[in-house]
Amino acid sequence: MPEVLKAPLVVEFPFTRSLGPVQSAFLTGLRERVVLGVRTRNGRTLVPPVEYDPVTAEEIRDLVEVAPTGTVTTWAWNHAPRRDQPLDTPFAWALVRLDGADTALLHALDAPGPDAVHTGMRVRVRWAEERTGAITDIACFEPYDSGSYDSEPYDGDPAEPARQAAEFENPITGIVAPARLDYTYSPGRAQSAYINALADHRNVGECCPSCRKVYVPPRGACPTCGVATLEQVEVGPRGTVTTFCIVNLKAKNLDIEVPYVYAHIALDGADLALHGRIGGIPYDQVRMGLRVEPVWTEGARYPDHYRPTGEPDADYDTYRELL
Amino acid sequence: MSKEPVAVVGIGQTKHVAARRDVSIAGLVREAARRALDDAELTWADIDAVVIGKAPDFFEGVMMPELYLADALGAVGKPMLRVHTAGSVGGSTALVAANLVAARVHGTVLTLAFEKQSESNAMWGLSLPIPFQQPLLAGAGGFFAPHVRAYMRRSGAPDTIGSLVAYKDRRNALKNPYAHLHEHDITLEKVQASPMLWDPIRYSETCPSSDGACAMVLTDRAGAARAPRPPAWMLGGAMRSEPTMFAGKDVVSPQAGKDCAADVYRQAGITDPRREIDGAEIYVPFSWYEPMWLENLGFADEGEGWKLTEAGVTELDGDLPVNMSGGVLSTNPIGASGLIRFAEAALQVRGQAGEHQVEGARKVLGHAYGGGSQFFAMWLVGSEPPDS
Repeated sequence: MPEVLKAPLVVEFPFTRSLGPVQSAFLTGLRERVVLGVRTRNGRTLVPPVEYDPVTAEEIRDLVEVAPTGTVTTWAWNHAPRRDQPLDTPFAWALVRLDGADTALLHALDAPGPDAVHTGMRVRVRWAEERTGAITDIACFEPYDSGSYDSEPYDGDPAEPARQAAEFENPITGIVAPARLDYTYSPGRAQSAYINALADHRNVGECCPSCRKVYVPPRGACPTCGVATLEQVEVGPRGTVTTFCIVNLKAKNLDIEVPYVYAHIALDGADLALHGRIGGIPYDQVRMGLRVEPVWTEGARYPDHYRPTGEPDADYDTYRELL
Repeated sequence: MSKEPVAVVGIGQTKHVAARRDVSIAGLVREAARRALDDAELTWADIDAVVIGKAPDFFEGVMMPELYLADALGAVGKPMLRVHTAGSVGGSTALVAANLVAARVHGTVLTLAFEKQSESNAMWGLSLPIPFQQPLLAGAGGFFAPHVRAYMRRSGAPDTIGSLVAYKDRRNALKNPYAHLHEHDITLEKVQASPMLWDPIRYSETCPSSDGACAMVLTDRAGAARAPRPPAWMLGGAMRSEPTMFAGKDVVSPQAGKDCAADVYRQAGITDPRREIDGAEIYVPFSWYEPMWLENLGFADEGEGWKLTEAGVTELDGDLPVNMSGGVLSTNPIGASGLIRFAEAALQVRGQAGEHQVEGARKVLGHAYGGGSQFFAMWLVGSEPPDS
């Protein structure tokens, strides 16, 4: 079997988040080196704060300040930090219950090695030098020797009603949350064979052994019969425009002058239309039934566009099932 | 044992807008859910399960957002399900919730769908650059525009039909306080003069991109008896799917859509939908889909749907009003759009649609479709309970 194609695929986007009142206060607080939690009606203090009580579903808005010191409740060692993680040297992912809070916050703990980390150890916030109103305003946690037994609970002041977010100038109301996923993409056996044949400007599809329909590009299975398609069939190169639209809106990622015609093209011998651009004819003269052939440019994987062959238009009844 | 009758006793939605920068996703869904509970005069404790839907996670970039929305929806300690069927998801979500009541798994279910499109870019989410593949040459409108041309060729419809639909839906939206687009100065001439984006689809014949959520409280016969306001009763509901592309697919009138409608009508005892149904909320993201779906849904014979539009039958005061709320053409938080159709159908038969109420509406269809015309979800609701 010929080699199956593979290529890296990176999907990334700078998503935006509108924060709502509670996250807005929390992140604005971090910018000001203040950690805020939210108090539930039964007196628990949740850090990081949430908008709705997990137990009663009540809206909760009673923000309180907690200490920048706390206790590790559990942890896992990260041997090999990845891109965009809080630290670029090995560190612990730790759940830290800040003093005055009843729940724990996930963050990085900077420690020389896993032997230096244990549940119950005392830690404190290491603030980032430049703070923008983001969870990364806490650069990480670091071990904190308060001079007492490190598992001793916090005995400082109880959490105090906090400065409200409104007291902070220029509260953060939205953030950008970039997301990135790295894949290795493979189009699979059938598409690889099709793409390899395209290199010789040949359109090789596959025929369903059951319904005899020819799919170009092939998917390796017939979507109607649900059986594998292994029999290769060469189709085209000529075809018929079955339907189309005239694109007047320039797409950011495409270097094509508008207007242009985007068409469904049924290659001769194929039972499903593929999509392509029509050129070599004024856009307003393109019509259903127009006979076309591919135009290749050097080194391109797909035809640059399709142009009229000069043949008479196809009769509607010959392609009405191929729209 | 027969199915439990399903009643809609609470409906809530947000005011749909381009960007709700004042709320988080949790705050957005909470607002719709709270309004649905208030309408039903129920509390979180009265809800037995939550069924939530939205379109692809790439639309906000939060993977499995339902996991973090449990607090906001009072779902902690209760079953919570996520449904996903692309643009039809709002309809499918309501049907999954309804089936839980019909099967007597739960007595009262909160169902909700949302999209916060301002947090991302749906066009980006739909056109990820896949290695080796030819880039899509057109966008969502470009994907559907050739299908519209195929419809025009098949039916012989005059090219003004699309503008009539858009003009109607945008005027209907003016009567719906929750609709996103309120174009007070809309005229037919303005629609027809708007730029041609993907010929034959004009700018004013396309849907907006919205932030919004919609929720319903569904309950059983006992719950309906306690409801403070008239319930809407589910008379039939069905989902169907088919591949995005296959040899012989009818892109103008997909078989899955016909089969789905036929199933709903069979359940509801409808033999002549055109005469027996008083209105329809149909998923029309591009105006030409109104006549196309009128045929697919059996309201008109093949090739005849545009004649209903042209004759004014689908106007708010027509014989078969379509998209009384202003439709997807006026409001499109994608994941919620199907649920809004279902909810608006229920509002009509409850007599609570306000200014866009169809006088005496007793049976109204809610419809959703999604993907490359591959997923369909529909229900028919009535002002009277189904025959038991």
